[in-house]
Amino acid sequence: MASLHRTNGGGRVDRTKRLSFTFDGKAYEGFAGDTLASALLANGVHLVGRSYKYHRPRGVLSAGAEEPNALVTVDRGRGRTAPNLRATQVELYDGLVAESQNRWPSLAYDFSAVNGLFSPLLAAGFYYKTFMGPRLLGSNWAWHKIYEPLIRRAAGLGKAPSLPDPDRYANRFVHCDVLVIGAGPAGLAAALAAAESGARVILCDEQAELGGSLLSEWSVEIDGVPASSWVDEAVRTLAASSRVTLLPRTQAFGYFAQNFVALAERLTDHLGNPDPAAPRERLWQVRAKEVVLATGAIERPIVFPDNDRPGIMLADAARTYVNRYGVRPGLRAVVIAACDSGYAAALDLHRAGTAVAMVVDPRANGDSGLAGAGRTAGIEIQIGATVTATRGSQRVSAVQIGRAGAEGRASTGQWVPCDHVVMAGGWTPSVHLFSQSRGKLAWSDDAQAFLPASSAPGQAQRSAGACRGVFGIAAALEDGFAAGCGAAGGDTGRRTFKVTHDLADFRGLIGAPGAGARESKAFVDYQHDVTVRDLKLAAQEGFRAIEHVKRYTTTGMATDQGKTSNVNALAIVADHLGNPIPEVGLTTFRQPYTPVTFGTIAGASRGDLFDPMRRTPCDAWAQAKGAVFEDVGAWKRAHYFPQAGEDMHAAVARECRTVRSAAGMFDASTLGKIEVVGPDAAEFLERLCINSFQKLGGGRCRYGVLLNEAGFIIDDGVIGRIAADRFHVTTTTGGAVRVLHMMEDYAQTEFPDLKVWLTSTTEQWAVIAVQGPRARDVLAPLVDGVDIGATDFPHMSVKAGRICGVDARIFRVSFTGELGFEINVPADYGADVWEAVWREVQKHGGCAYGTESMHVLRAEKGFIIVGQETDGTVTPDDVGLAWAIGKGKRDFVGMRSLSRPDMVRSGRKQLVGLLTADPKRVLEEGAQVVEGLRPPAGTPALGHVTSAYWSEALGRSIALALVADGRTRIGTRLNVPMPDGDVAVDVVTPVFLDPKGERLNG
Amino acid sequence: MLLITCPYCCTARPESEFRYSGEAHIARPLEPATVSDDDWAAFLYMRTNPKGLHAERWRHIHGCGRFFNTLRNTVTDQILKTYPAGTPRPDLGAPAEGGR
Repeated sequence: MASLHRTNGGGRVDRTKRLSFTFDGKAYEGFAGDTLASALLANGVHLVGRSYKYHRPRGVLSAGAEEPNALVTVDRGRGRTAPNLRATQVELYDGLVAESQNRWPSLAYDFSAVNGLFSPLLAAGFYYKTFMGPRLLGSNWAWHKIYEPLIRRAAGLGKAPSLPDPDRYANRFVHCDVLVIGAGPAGLAAALAAAESGARVILCDEQAELGGSLLSEWSVEIDGVPASSWVDEAVRTLAASSRVTLLPRTQAFGYFAQNFVALAERLTDHLGNPDPAAPRERLWQVRAKEVVLATGAIERPIVFPDNDRPGIMLADAARTYVNRYGVRPGLRAVVIAACDSGYAAALDLHRAGTAVAMVVDPRANGDSGLAGAGRTAGIEIQIGATVTATRGSQRVSAVQIGRAGAEGRASTGQWVPCDHVVMAGGWTPSVHLFSQSRGKLAWSDDAQAFLPASSAPGQAQRSAGACRGVFGIAAALEDGFAAGCGAAGGDTGRRTFKVTHDLADFRGLIGAPGAGARESKAFVDYQHDVTVRDLKLAAQEGFRAIEHVKRYTTTGMATDQGKTSNVNALAIVADHLGNPIPEVGLTTFRQPYTPVTFGTIAGASRGDLFDPMRRTPCDAWAQAKGAVFEDVGAWKRAHYFPQAGEDMHAAVARECRTVRSAAGMFDASTLGKIEVVGPDAAEFLERLCINSFQKLGGGRCRYGVLLNEAGFIIDDGVIGRIAADRFHVTTTTGGAVRVLHMMEDYAQTEFPDLKVWLTSTTEQWAVIAVQGPRARDVLAPLVDGVDIGATDFPHMSVKAGRICGVDARIFRVSFTGELGFEINVPADYGADVWEAVWREVQKHGGCAYGTESMHVLRAEKGFIIVGQETDGTVTPDDVGLAWAIGKGKRDFVGMRSLSRPDMVRSGRKQLVGLLTADPKRVLEEGAQVVEGLRPPAGTPALGHVTSAYWSEALGRSIALALVADGRTRIGTRLNVPMPDGDVAVDVVTPVFLDPKGERLNG
Repeated sequence: MLLITCPYCCTARPESEFRYSGEAHIARPLEPATVSDDDWAAFLYMRTNPKGLHAERWRHIHGCGRFFNTLRNTVTDQILKTYPAGTPRPDLGAPAEGGR
């Protein structure tokens, strides 16, 4: 591969391993160890993207996570498409397929680039001001239907894949003594120090190789060995320790309370042919005793007109490409050096064979210890000069040099041809994670940066190295070592490092002193196309706080969260307002530091594993019989059992008919069950429920109703007294957990004087309901040790006995209005007993029925379902259950509330039945009930329909409803307005079938 | 995810083992029938909303199952103290700002 842009040797790429890849369909070659960005630059490709708003051509700006321009889509086919990846972080593998984004029809000829011609119109707040259509239907119709979709299409990033993600994602929780984030000089030294102290250490870094900025150094020696050898030795030492976990390719993206840090580890994205069974990424949830933040610093661009052409990049990035990847980004460079890294870049480029046309230092008294070396090498250095303009359509071709004037304005001068511009604007400490941990930042005039000031309570952490303003390799190593010792519990750890060729000055410039007159072309936030003019406009229009400026201009709001732009934007606004920077404030840093895949966050919680699923012991039988299931909480319940050719309506009608005429069996195992035991069990239930339990005899049952303290029904169920000190309490399927929690609350905190113990037995019992006139005949041959005859076993009784030889609690209860039993057997016997009962049921012409028929059968009897007839604002009297309140009780939960003024006023909604004038018309549940015909919009409703079914037993539709003063309206006609017209309904009592209960007591 | 120390288990456990249960130290009146409508409404519905220390109930629902109280700083989300139900609120000195 003879490329003008690849150096002859050096760097950390493996020149013996050639990798082929394509970018926008064109084939290229790179080396193992390249990133997509370095490989493209090695092939002379600078134009890699189009900007967000103006579709300007953009090139690679950086060499790391802060990259705002070089966003690409990597396509591995069939759902493995990752958009918006930073090419500077994508590791090259053989066969990699990458595409540029936000361009049409091609990157070189992008139709939407005309936006750039209109850029004077597209300034900050443009969308807010312009696309205001007429307000239709109470909303800005034109915006939602026309403008926004158009703008979003034009200003898009990459496209999300439309196929399901075929990959697997792993998840891991881990504890450690010291978590070190960042493996540059400070992080490596911290990890070495902590490990030497015997601590369990995790060291993570987002790059493929540990070493951070040291990997980009060429001439530096640490303690007498080259920086890269020192890194190799440090990593070898750490890897050899059983107490150290090294996590390369791992981004710490979120820092939460109490030293809880989330890491995303990339496992297979760098491989050409990954094992399809291997997880793609792993989420590490780390709880660290101590955290050392060694997150480094990010170089700032310099703001000048047309500072965004491809070929213009950060000085640190240029050094990285030359020194680490062996890539010459350009053949003729101009360097703008506001600090030492610019001079260092000039020397590195010069050494690698790039002609350095000129170094300009925009600082009036600019100086660098490296300037002498530059001059010795024959590089022209101009102090007090800067770049005032650039040329070049798809790549920079020349820059204009001007003198930096007194007012910060530059005067223009000669044009210098070049294909590469290097910017060293100074360094911004990466305080993102520190800020996420809620640590307080303070502005440092000295560093011209916000630095960590104090940690939030509960966050045992320390920052080390450049992220706290300690710059230079020697200083960072020493700071990191001390931090590592401190984090591991020692505080005497001091070590000095001998470092050659260290840089000294990192401060640079902030803001846009050289923007000149063409502020609308001087870009501050590359990713969101925010210019100096936009920021000044926002300030002129009255935005004072940086948080408001951010939202109005969208500066710092792109996926890079303004890593390269925030401080410059802040300085420009502060300068324009004439306020000091600390007064203007700093925007909040949020998780994640860089974008994280949804797959990593979701982990295994997708598809069948998204939510736990509960199945009853009789579930397999129902599945074999072709039941249709419905979700009730986490439970799967048989909804109905269709026979050949039946739809739901036909199946439910047949099931209901069969139960009323012969017998049906129903899986009631999902009902919540709580065993309430103890000498005070009866007193406890007496205080909890509206009913009386003290006088309930052994072997008898009661329909229990539970209120909350506000007096509203929250659950109901049958409660059976098994013994003097033992009750079998049932709850609704959905209420089981809630009711136990509430009972525990009262037992532990309000009534601790009572001796009572509560145990959830929901999953201990399988419950088979047998209902219908032949129910007793069905069970008779199966039970022994218990008389289930009418005299000995009346309605609302419970007996211990055996069925099919299995110990059982047999309840005589009914939720259908028919003679009924509920057989409770230990769950392990549930399936077998169900089969035995099923054989008997068939002999009597019975059937199995599902939850839909159960709902119809109970509605015919006017039995409520909590959560359907009640909604948390319904009292016992509202639904006609005042009879259940124990006579003469002095107190129970919710009792006092029942006499509050609002609970006894007239006009409360009461449960009634509704019969449609047209018996074939089944109402919609939730439909509103009103008095008059054709009510105008805004008419208040009297109430609503809570249940509505076709009743096979009555041969007509029935409905239950909550209606204001409903009981006084019985016998009147009301109206249910529907989209297809009014539906006349007659108000009746809510019991449609067998009001005297003769069938029930049969 | 917060770490919460259950005062019964005497160990710090992740927040996901616990369930929040509202403001602490609101005792149910011993004789509700004698309480006025206004006082009963205050008992039912009125809660403090302090900026600062808040005494609140948690339950170690996926552990020992017991209810206990905590003092949490609503500004920093820091739990400063956990103590058994039925014991008085410890005095940590810093009064809560704001109020209802």
